Amino acid sequence: MSDSVVLRTIGGMLFPYILVYGLYVQMHGEIGPGGGFQAGVLVAAAFILHALLFGKELTDRLLPTWLVDLAMSLGVLLYIGVGILGLVKGRYFLDYSVLDPTHPAHAEALGMTLVEAGVGLTVASVILTMVRKVNGESS
Amino acid sequence: MSDPVLLINVILLVIAVVTAIAAMWTRDLLGAVMLMGIYSLLLAIEWANLFAMDVSYTEAAVGAGAATILLLTALTRTGIREKAGPNFHPTALLTVLVTGGLLIYGTADMPRFGDPQAPATVNVAPEYIAQNVGKVDAGDDGPENDFGDHVPNTVTAVLASYRGYDTMFETAVIFTAGVCVILILRPLSPSARRETAQNQEDA
Amino acid sequence: MSLFATFNSIAFVVIMMIGLYTLIARQNLVKKTLGLGLFQTGIFLMYITLGVRDGGSAPILQEGADLAYSNPLPHVLILTAIVVSLSTMAVALALIIGVREEYGTIEADEIATIDRAEAEEGHEA
Repeated sequence: MSDSVVLRTIGGMLFPYILVYGLYVQMHGEIGPGGGFQAGVLVAAAFILHALLFGKELTDRLLPTWLVDLAMSLGVLLYIGVGILGLVKGRYFLDYSVLDPTHPAHAEALGMTLVEAGVGLTVASVILTMVRKVNGESS
Repeated sequence: MSDPVLLINVILLVIAVVTAIAAMWTRDLLGAVMLMGIYSLLLAIEWANLFAMDVSYTEAAVGAGAATILLLTALTRTGIREKAGPNFHPTALLTVLVTGGLLIYGTADMPRFGDPQAPATVNVAPEYIAQNVGKVDAGDDGPENDFGDHVPNTVTAVLASYRGYDTMFETAVIFTAGVCVILILRPLSPSARRETAQNQEDA
Repeated sequence: MSLFATFNSIAFVVIMMIGLYTLIARQNLVKKTLGLGLFQTGIFLMYITLGVRDGGSAPILQEGADLAYSNPLPHVLILTAIVVSLSTMAVALALIIGVREEYGTIEADEIATIDRAEAEEGHEA
């Protein structure tokens, strides 16, 4: 597919915008439609498009496999870490109010943002890993 | 027919069912995958029509995007033709008719489309929309935010706050699936490869 | 009117049954996976339909507006279910690729024939 000039040009122009849109969906998840699951898929789709257009080697240099593997576990650990923080501070598991004791509503928003970031990180890296593995790339 | 939501819903579902039958009927796996992509896109419009914006987002990105790419990539390694065979399968037809008949009989008691008195709408939904969790002592000292201390998107609120445990293990399931794919498709170690070659020589 | 009001509860059963029929009648493993995916979307349709409310709007709160919002709970359940269904499909495809490399075919009946032949060889040896 990478020999088509039209596809390469248009795809190359779209790539950063898809990434920024994914970040927008991630950060805007509390206000509009969106959240970690959707943003994760969008970011993964951006990198899959990049790999389809410019070849796996370039995408691998942009985003090495070890980094994706690390992000996969970091997302889950971030989620569980927010939960355990509640236990450490003497409250319930996943009690967001420990994040900002003076203003529970803000703590709630902060907790949701952190948790959604964890979800987004995991979903994006897992989907990217799946497509890479099914495509037959060794790590 | 005064309700446009219901009318669009019926039209979209008829097209979606026809697309699904075509996707399952064809023996060309490549065509089936493309038809499933179209089916997912139709469903994404249908979710938007039924006011499920977040689900619509996800379906468009996953169903029509990521799943189609994944299936196409897999097809390059499994072949794109399905073996010819009879389309009629009496056991399958009997199973489907009995199960489907029972399910339709069971849905007779379900509330009608959009019933404001439906149990799902009356009992827990107001609680989720009011979002009282964690807001018990939202003090007056902090700076006022635009949405009266609420997260405007109730879907995110339920996802990350009310059902935090559920979402956590959902994320763990996705992580586990990723690890599974890595382990299943890992290249064989040199000793295992020698063993396989040995077995093939013996056979 | 009454058919239209209950149309979705029939449509989701029809979609599920198309998937189930494919799952039983077809031997190709990839086709079986597609049928399973179709079965899942039927369940998604049932859940989202339950959340709909007459004159409702998307469950995104608007300041000062007194709207009848849809039930957000089915949306949350299905949103996560879609992503999980993609993950499970990826695991299934990985297994199918493994089966293809081992047997050289992805038709379930041919795989059963090969297995039976190998078992008989084992008995004779």
